[in-house]
Amino acid sequence: MRITRYAATLAAFGVVLTGCASEAGNQAQQEAEETTAEVEEVEFEPGSTMAEIVEAGELRVGTKIDQPGFGLANTAGDPEGFDVEMAKFIAAKMGLTEDQITFTETVSANREPFLQNGQVDMVVATYTINDTRKQVVDFAGPYYEAGQDIMVAAGNPEKIEGPEDLAGKSVCSVEGSTPAENIRTNYPEAELVLYDAYSKCADDLRNGNVDAVTTDNVILTGFVAGDPEAFELVGNPFTKEPYGIGLPKGQDDFRDFINDVLEESFEDGTWAEAWDKTAGAITNTEAPEPPKVDRY
Amino acid sequence: MSFLADNFTLLRDAFLTTLSLAVVSGVLALLLGTILAAMRVSPIPALRALATFYVEVFRNTPLTVVFFFLAFGLVYVDLQFPSRFITAVTALALYTAAFVCEAVRSGINSVPPGQAEAARALGLDFRQTLTTVVLPQAFRTVVPPLGNVWIALAKNTSIAAGFAVTDLTAVLQRLANASADQLALVFVAVVVGYLMITLPSAWGIRVLERRLAIVR
Repeated sequence: MRITRYAATLAAFGVVLTGCASEAGNQAQQEAEETTAEVEEVEFEPGSTMAEIVEAGELRVGTKIDQPGFGLANTAGDPEGFDVEMAKFIAAKMGLTEDQITFTETVSANREPFLQNGQVDMVVATYTINDTRKQVVDFAGPYYEAGQDIMVAAGNPEKIEGPEDLAGKSVCSVEGSTPAENIRTNYPEAELVLYDAYSKCADDLRNGNVDAVTTDNVILTGFVAGDPEAFELVGNPFTKEPYGIGLPKGQDDFRDFINDVLEESFEDGTWAEAWDKTAGAITNTEAPEPPKVDRY
Repeated sequence: MSFLADNFTLLRDAFLTTLSLAVVSGVLALLLGTILAAMRVSPIPALRALATFYVEVFRNTPLTVVFFFLAFGLVYVDLQFPSRFITAVTALALYTAAFVCEAVRSGINSVPPGQAEAARALGLDFRQTLTTVVLPQAFRTVVPPLGNVWIALAKNTSIAAGFAVTDLTAVLQRLANASADQLALVFVAVVVGYLMITLPSAWGIRVLERRLAIVR
């Protein structure tokens, strides 16, 4: 008697689960239909990196899953955003479908090891191109140029107009990030408060525990759009953060290929379309001028 | 190696921060935990209930949640810690005290009831019985479990890195991102920092345990 009752409960639970699963599946399918990338038939020279990936039938991409507009996991667990669209462009040009892209979460601290150990084929994760990183990985792109900016409480009570005004003020950022390093070296009079996530900085700004939050403008606009009554963007970017696609060192054929794909998407308007439905939709901004690809 | 020399002050300060987080909150947790243990064995039901409630709340709540509450929750009742270091020490001490309490209580329970009965027969009151007869014997038996609690605390300090305290873990995040080419070295330096706290502790606990052992 008891066993049958358990079985019945399990069966009922199973029905609910499969119900959820198919719902998520439908949703994913709908999104796939909406996407702008179209799969093409292509042949690659045997032995090239592209041929190897096509042979494996899988493009492994590292991306962030907590960055609204660029890489954010949806309720089904699949990442969405501008970075993800870039990965889809590349996959499509290699003749791979979206199902053949495997996304892995990468955070700021593990992007290089993931590339070096071959755990992913490429990293598209708001990854700023710089010389230290170029020593261990290669970059295709840039495909977007962000800039460091400052977010303050609505009404700007401390009258902060730029990084020079941060002297003697407490400013929040994330430990280990490039923006924090920039403040530390170039504006040492600002009092840095370093958490492990920008959402905590936003909480502290809302509570009045810090005077400002600083990082790339694309991240800050996400917060301002989420709570315009509490936050305000200074809107005076003071650095250039070119976002590139990280690749294992030495895969020049793959890097050239990705650069071609990016340039093509800049020209035919698919890049701007991708912006409009991801980051642009959150921040309500027009697609900017595409950056110039740097073939070093 | 020049990389480590360049960042020596940063690593040293981070090590000292981690050490002081552990020591300050360890001392506070030991005091609070002992008081709680005394409350849990006291003859007054209200005190017993209060201490039991405290232990169950803090022992069964993740430390990160305690941190989060103190850092971002207390503001809503207009309470504010003077610095983020003090927030971290408070969170660590409150959390660890629950474990100290249970370790000390187990020690108290291991003292034969005859000891307390004899003390009462001599005319000592509850406080005197506890502080002069029971606790001195109890602490001897709880050196190993308290050692465990201490080492766990030393490692738990790393949670403070996520709440704006620049400890060893925070420096690990900073250096790992700033110098992608030196990742292995950064890891080694930070792990050595933690081992410099925990390994001597483990050794000290063993010595203490041998010195204090009593033959019953």
